[in-house]
Amino acid sequence: MKTAPVLDAPVLDAPVLGAPRPHDSAAWHVDGQALYLDDIAEPAGLLHAVIGLSRVAHARFPAPDLSEVAASPGVAAVLMARDVPGVNDVGPSFPGDPIFADGLVEYHGQSVFVVAAETLEQARAAAALARIDYEVLKPVLTIDEALAAQSFVLPTQVMRRGDADAALARAPRRLKGRLLIGGQDHFYLEGQIAMAIPGEGDDMHLFSSTQHPTEVQHLTARALGIADHNVVCESRRLGGGFGGKESQASQIAVIAALLAARTRRPVKLRLDRDDDMVLTGKRHDFRTDWDVGFDDTGRIEGITFELASRCGISPDLSGAINDRAMFHSDNAYFLGNATIVSHRCKTNMVSATAFRGFGGPQGMMGIEAVMDAIARHLRLDPLDVRKRNFYGGAGRDETHYGMRVENFPVPAIIRQLEASSEYAARRRAIDTFNATSRWSKRGLALTPVKFGIAFTLLRMNQAGALVHVYTDGSVMLNHGGIEMGQGLFVKVAQIVADAFGVPLDRIKNTATSTAKVPNTSPTAASSGTDLNGHAAHNAACIIRARLAAVVAAEFGVDEASIAFRAGQVVAGDRALPFVDAVRLAYSQRVQLSAAGFYRTPKIHYDYATHRGRPFLYFACGAAVAEVEIDTLTGEYRLHRADIVHDCGRSLNPAVDRGQIEGGFVQGMGWLTTEELVWDTDGVLRTHAPSTYKIPSCGDVPTALHIDFFDDVEDADGAVHKSKAVGEPPLMLGIAVFQALQDAVCAACPGDAPRLDAPATPERVLMAIAAHRARQPA
Amino acid sequence: MRDSIAFLLGDTPRTLRGVDPTMTVLEYLRGPERRCGTKEGCAEGDCGACTVVLGRPRADPGAAPGTMTYEPVNSCILFLHALDGCQLLTVEDLHVHGAKLHPVQQAMVDHHASQCGFCTPGFVMSVFALTQSAASVPDRAGINTALAGNLCRCTGYLPIVAAAKAACAAPVSRDDATTVQRLRAMRDPAPVRLAAAGTTLFVPTGVDDLVRLLAAHPDATILAGGTDVGLWVTKQHRRLPVIVSLEAVEGLDRIVLCEDRIEIGARVTLEALLPVLAGPYPAFAAMLRRFGSRQVRMRATLCGNVANGSPIGDTPPALIALGAEVRLRGAGGARTMPVEDFFLGYRQTALALGEFVERIDIPRPRMGERFHVWKVSKRFEQDISAVCGAFRLTLDGATIAEARIGFGGIAAIPFRARATEATLTGGLWHEATLASSRETLARELTPISDMRASADYRRIVACNLLTKLHAETWSPGATPALAEIAA
Repeated sequence: MKTAPVLDAPVLDAPVLGAPRPHDSAAWHVDGQALYLDDIAEPAGLLHAVIGLSRVAHARFPAPDLSEVAASPGVAAVLMARDVPGVNDVGPSFPGDPIFADGLVEYHGQSVFVVAAETLEQARAAAALARIDYEVLKPVLTIDEALAAQSFVLPTQVMRRGDADAALARAPRRLKGRLLIGGQDHFYLEGQIAMAIPGEGDDMHLFSSTQHPTEVQHLTARALGIADHNVVCESRRLGGGFGGKESQASQIAVIAALLAARTRRPVKLRLDRDDDMVLTGKRHDFRTDWDVGFDDTGRIEGITFELASRCGISPDLSGAINDRAMFHSDNAYFLGNATIVSHRCKTNMVSATAFRGFGGPQGMMGIEAVMDAIARHLRLDPLDVRKRNFYGGAGRDETHYGMRVENFPVPAIIRQLEASSEYAARRRAIDTFNATSRWSKRGLALTPVKFGIAFTLLRMNQAGALVHVYTDGSVMLNHGGIEMGQGLFVKVAQIVADAFGVPLDRIKNTATSTAKVPNTSPTAASSGTDLNGHAAHNAACIIRARLAAVVAAEFGVDEASIAFRAGQVVAGDRALPFVDAVRLAYSQRVQLSAAGFYRTPKIHYDYATHRGRPFLYFACGAAVAEVEIDTLTGEYRLHRADIVHDCGRSLNPAVDRGQIEGGFVQGMGWLTTEELVWDTDGVLRTHAPSTYKIPSCGDVPTALHIDFFDDVEDADGAVHKSKAVGEPPLMLGIAVFQALQDAVCAACPGDAPRLDAPATPERVLMAIAAHRARQPA
Repeated sequence: MRDSIAFLLGDTPRTLRGVDPTMTVLEYLRGPERRCGTKEGCAEGDCGACTVVLGRPRADPGAAPGTMTYEPVNSCILFLHALDGCQLLTVEDLHVHGAKLHPVQQAMVDHHASQCGFCTPGFVMSVFALTQSAASVPDRAGINTALAGNLCRCTGYLPIVAAAKAACAAPVSRDDATTVQRLRAMRDPAPVRLAAAGTTLFVPTGVDDLVRLLAAHPDATILAGGTDVGLWVTKQHRRLPVIVSLEAVEGLDRIVLCEDRIEIGARVTLEALLPVLAGPYPAFAAMLRRFGSRQVRMRATLCGNVANGSPIGDTPPALIALGAEVRLRGAGGARTMPVEDFFLGYRQTALALGEFVERIDIPRPRMGERFHVWKVSKRFEQDISAVCGAFRLTLDGATIAEARIGFGGIAAIPFRARATEATLTGGLWHEATLASSRETLARELTPISDMRASADYRRIVACNLLTKLHAETWSPGATPALAEIAA
């Protein structure tokens, strides 16, 4: 039998901020109690839905014949475009993402209709009976085709600093190149899922595996043609998100709600893995053309980038994603004279979407390829070229979009990392190994990360929280952030526990709900803790001030002398247990609930001129990777990796370490084995883990050393001087790609074949094979 | 004949009848049992989120009486009949709610080994099974082998590896004796027939019964481990009218060590085969460690990998190179043929209606013979080969007395490279012969391009494997052994 916790027992004065506390749900994860959406007890009368997907990439079609679908056993409803009472679109910022294709399908796997039946099996069987006559049109599939056809989802953008053309013309040395960068499927372990329960009148209660409950709420209301206040969207936890449930969860939830409204029955829509990978968006793939002028030491004098990304059929979030690619085309390097052009190509493929890093990784890949190319050209260690180009020094502290780079920690991070990784000694050892090894070659690379923190869309940089203190001293915490594995809930709870000076177990996180905190931003852009932590801190401080006033009056002391620590409200030598202070306040009719709010200061940006301060601060780090390749098969293994990352004053080093480790491995996967293959008909051929290969256990070496950056004085405005850590570590994986590039160059003496990403064993071997073919027999 | 199956769910007896024979264990757990700790991540046995553990009394000679084995399996592609006579353990069985966590679970918490938590129950069960089977704390390679079938997208794995090590350092044994007694008491030797939802599934217990059933139902789907057939149901949503399972057929689970060959019965799993091959053919065993995952190998059979006729199966190239024979049996008797003759065309085999693959015979190594097999895939663990090449070379000094070469992934069927063998045979195993054999091989291959690899890559790799063979012949260890890196 469970006993009620004793809430007024004395507690040790252990700091909760900065403590490596376990994930808030760790115990429930490991014993199977944690409820994901599909685990929630199903309401009576629940229907199961299956989406009918387009079988061609581009076609017109007359209204489909769904009579056999409707007549199939167990079917309760069949809906298509004409059945949407409100707006048939779930585009997050711009229209273009129809809930159901309406006379025109634009990608293979697009939603055409949905069927709800008593069982999932019946719904699947029914969906297979649809008859759709496609009048097939020629699809635009590749970036080259899209550029030739001037097929764009949004207008081309240009950022400029200085005069790149003139600098290129006068530079002593000049190189050009092209880099192809593949996309990436999120492969969250929990697929897209939603459940809709209709209530009285227009009420609709949604459970959604979404990073953005507010958008689900608003788009559902818009599709149903009802006011937002009728819809509640709730989400306790996600089995992984990584950006894949920022905008992509909306369509799933909206379709469930449409069916629930039509049938007046609860409806669950859970995509199986194949449908999930075919129907929902992925990371953008890029084609990056570069042209760089530099001096004899490798320092860049002028550079142009022409970025072209495959956005699929609609804008979705592609505007901000491609902006972020442009913002990160400098990575950690000063580009005095730079022109960056960004094309957002429209293709007949699923709309590409947010993915951890949000365009930043693709932007960085370009400049890191340039660094490597310059070094190969000058026969220098790429690290030396990188160092020569860092921000810093007179007149070298402004980005190509006009933001000052202040307190730039990367050189110090590199110093720490070079020492901890023994870079120089290992470089020599690898050179020796490569000189004597015929079939096996090793590669080493050190790459930095400088990642801008803030939503580049200004209005998204706000957050709300709701804190209730109950009369037993327990605290209920709610905010707009989504727990998707990143440890947000425990970090925010630590902030609140610290504010009240109570143990962490007094704080309970509750499911994120649009009914508790409205008009929230997505949990994205690494901002979850910065925004929601601040908002929750604000709410807790409001209540704390009220409690302090009550206790100060009781003790007859000044409010300023009141402190909250170790479960006590303390003033001088007098102390009151927290719970007694709460009861005292309640008895005096003082409100013990507060809503908190936060808006990010200082940021501004002018999209017309591409000038401003889009980021509050930069989160930085660096990684060294060492790989070994088999030059006969192209296979490779990561031997060792060393990372130094700046988390500011970490709120929870265990959680932050997990983000660094996991982000690095996810970034490595993106650039190595995770290959999305579309055929010439625009059909995705890699739509399950049997064909799409994320890293597995054996891909991660035991020798993965992670250190936090020692010197953490720069932490502009982040909560308790912590720093965002969700996305930046993904880009540490670029070190693995560059190490493979280094190994390939070692296998091709006198030559420097460029690798494209992902550097699959095939790409590695083909680069070497092409070199061998060029050699005289 | 029974129309029901019986098993222990945790410690609770369950008898099922009238159930859909192709319902998966995962569907059963999440549906009728409302045990939602076990998750569906892919429904194809590739991610391990659905991992559960099957306990059964140890039957191997030398096993202490009253002890159990605990096998991690993918419940998403496992049909219910496989539970008959077993104990099914899920994440909910390791501890009772409100009580302390099981040491494996506690280790996962202590090492921060869960983030989103969705894959976690599967990892917990894989680690639990490892703690029950490992004689000592496994090294990193041993842990990789145990966890290769569980995908995690959040952590980067190292915290899970640390938790696994900690859990293996202090394993907690279960009350095996009681479980064995209970399972013995439940045991019913009668064959099973389950019929519902348009499918009839037979579980015969003797070879003669099996032959009779297949004669009566020549169109029946023959089911061994189900790691391929399971996907016909969960991914292709096919209805299988008649299924005949080999699960309980006596004798087919035997490995017979003869003087000149090893006989491997139809029901022998790859996990059972692995240690047997480690002595005579370490390269074969090393490749098998990368075949599927432990969860897959616990169910998948060598004979099934041949019988399903896939051009990308990993064992046929090795079997072809080794000169293995396949023995087919039907109502008309038994017949034997070389493995390469079994494959007629894409997914077409020599198996006649009413026949099944009874066993495969692998010859033992002879003097002067060397055997290599290399699997080349996009991901090192748990992937399907782009190319799998196997070579048996018999040398007389520097002269090649005999060469046998099998390839997978480069034609519509597992392929014996006879022209290349002819080029090699009788030649001196020097650079010139290597060059000419590479040319012959490039000509006789007909690889395709697909999502795993391009035809060009497959051709180059296949030829390079000859170079690897040459290098390894004259200076063993000259080419990278990537399996040994990274631990």
